[in-house]
Amino acid sequence: MTRLSWFNTVSLTLGFAFLYIPMVILIIFSFNESKLVTVWAGFSVKWYGELLQNEAFLNAAWVTLKVAVMSSTIATVLGTMAAYVLVRGGRFLGRTLFSGMIYAPLVMPEVITGLSLLLLFIGIGLDRGVMTIVLAHTTFSMCYVSVVVSSRLVTFDRSLEEAALDLGCSAAEAFRLVTLPIIAPAVISGWLLAFTLSLDDLVIASFTSGPAATTLPIKIFSAVRLGVSPEINALSTIMIAIVTLGVVTASLVTKRQLVRQRRDEQNAERS
Amino acid sequence: MRRFFLIAIPYAWLLALFLVPFAIVFKISLSDAAVARPPYMPQFDWVTGIGAFLSDLDFENFTWLTEDDLYWKAYLSSLRIAVVSTVLTLLVGYPMAYGMARAPSEWRPTLMMLVILPFWTSFLIRVYAWMGILSNEGLLNQFLIWAGLIDTPLTILNTNTAVYIGIVYTYLPFMILPIYSALERLDGSLIEAAEDLGCSRMEAFWLVTIPLSRAGIIAGCFLVFIPTLGEFVIPSLLGGSDTLMIGKVLWEEFFSNRDWPVASAVAVVLLLILIVPIVLFQRNQQKQQEADQ
Repeated sequence: MTRLSWFNTVSLTLGFAFLYIPMVILIIFSFNESKLVTVWAGFSVKWYGELLQNEAFLNAAWVTLKVAVMSSTIATVLGTMAAYVLVRGGRFLGRTLFSGMIYAPLVMPEVITGLSLLLLFIGIGLDRGVMTIVLAHTTFSMCYVSVVVSSRLVTFDRSLEEAALDLGCSAAEAFRLVTLPIIAPAVISGWLLAFTLSLDDLVIASFTSGPAATTLPIKIFSAVRLGVSPEINALSTIMIAIVTLGVVTASLVTKRQLVRQRRDEQNAERS
Repeated sequence: MRRFFLIAIPYAWLLALFLVPFAIVFKISLSDAAVARPPYMPQFDWVTGIGAFLSDLDFENFTWLTEDDLYWKAYLSSLRIAVVSTVLTLLVGYPMAYGMARAPSEWRPTLMMLVILPFWTSFLIRVYAWMGILSNEGLLNQFLIWAGLIDTPLTILNTNTAVYIGIVYTYLPFMILPIYSALERLDGSLIEAAEDLGCSRMEAFWLVTIPLSRAGIIAGCFLVFIPTLGEFVIPSLLGGSDTLMIGKVLWEEFFSNRDWPVASAVAVVLLLILIVPIVLFQRNQQKQQEADQ
């Protein structure tokens, strides 16, 4: 079938309109002159200017970025280890418990995860701040990383690793020289997923942050509770722009890689 | 030795930061507040031993949950909101997934990216975007008045309707993607065969397409239902004072009332309710994996 039926065209158009119109409206109104978010009073970028002078938001953004980089990096290391253990590790004591703990945080309601971590931090007397948010974010995002990485590990040919071992590699060398390059795309997308999850998280960060460290979502949430404001529209627009740029670039890069790969394969067939 | 560390490090991390914290929640849910702050009684004491510790724990907080009708009303209303929004998301998501699977194959990666893009955008911002649209002076009311459909603005923001809109909007990608991947693999010749054998288009859809995309539908419904049940952000931004959701109740119990033992009991009961759908979801995923192999 090369053409869409009218029904499919209508459902896709309405569906994508539903997904994108709210964000487009948000972006348009971030350039609104008026303080009232619902009345258009002319084009202006003044809210962007005010945003850049708002130190509380800038500080929160900086904390968020620090937390996201640290937690996604630790989560990628731990999550890759966990995935490797689950797929290649064979049997070991408590394996069922281990795989249970990998999958359970994915479905655990955020309010419960947040509450339980806060009670732990208070119980052991850890001061809440950047460190505790990093610990909390690492814990749930390592589970996402390990799901992404293990799905890649499952599909790849184990005999490549065995060949490396036969040719004299140690287990660590085989991992570094053979396994890691092959699973690298999954490790990278695991990192990116962990990074976005950390940037986005409000509930768990609210429970585990102290007065010393406020992340951007916490800041946005408390501002938004008071009502809609043009400054938040400007901030949202910046965030949407960054994400769109990132996702579009990533998809263009993978597309180009695919095209190159196909061309190489064709050349190889010809010669 | 190396293998030991490879297993031990992530294992220890999850034990310390996932299992132990949950055990603490469970313990506190069975404890009493001696004063309105930690530590909670009873405390484990090596001298009197584990017997005395266990006998001092009680279900008082859980009894309290059954006595104050706020809590079970909140659980029931969370369940109702989660079920209704799952059905609504399915009704919006299925036609979209169907349209995507039927689109020319060179469009599919782009359509797929368009579905995933909102997922990468901040959840909070996507919920916030609706606040300006749904308010009394908001764009939806302005549009409806301009179109002559209504005379006075409708109250949508701060009602359950706004919560439904917010949930359908933010969780739509979770519904579309599994259904799309089920429909994309569907062999078109099966539908042609059904039509050759005398089915109408509609009959072929009900008898062939829907059953063959069942695993995707089930996965999508669970992916929406499970997180919706404990949802906090959407009811607190879009819902009103009459919107009762257990995630919000837990949050307020903890941060406003500072009654940690009751908040912990609320969390334990929420988890007990979630165990059934989670187990069913995992079974569905396993069946799916076995079918793929």
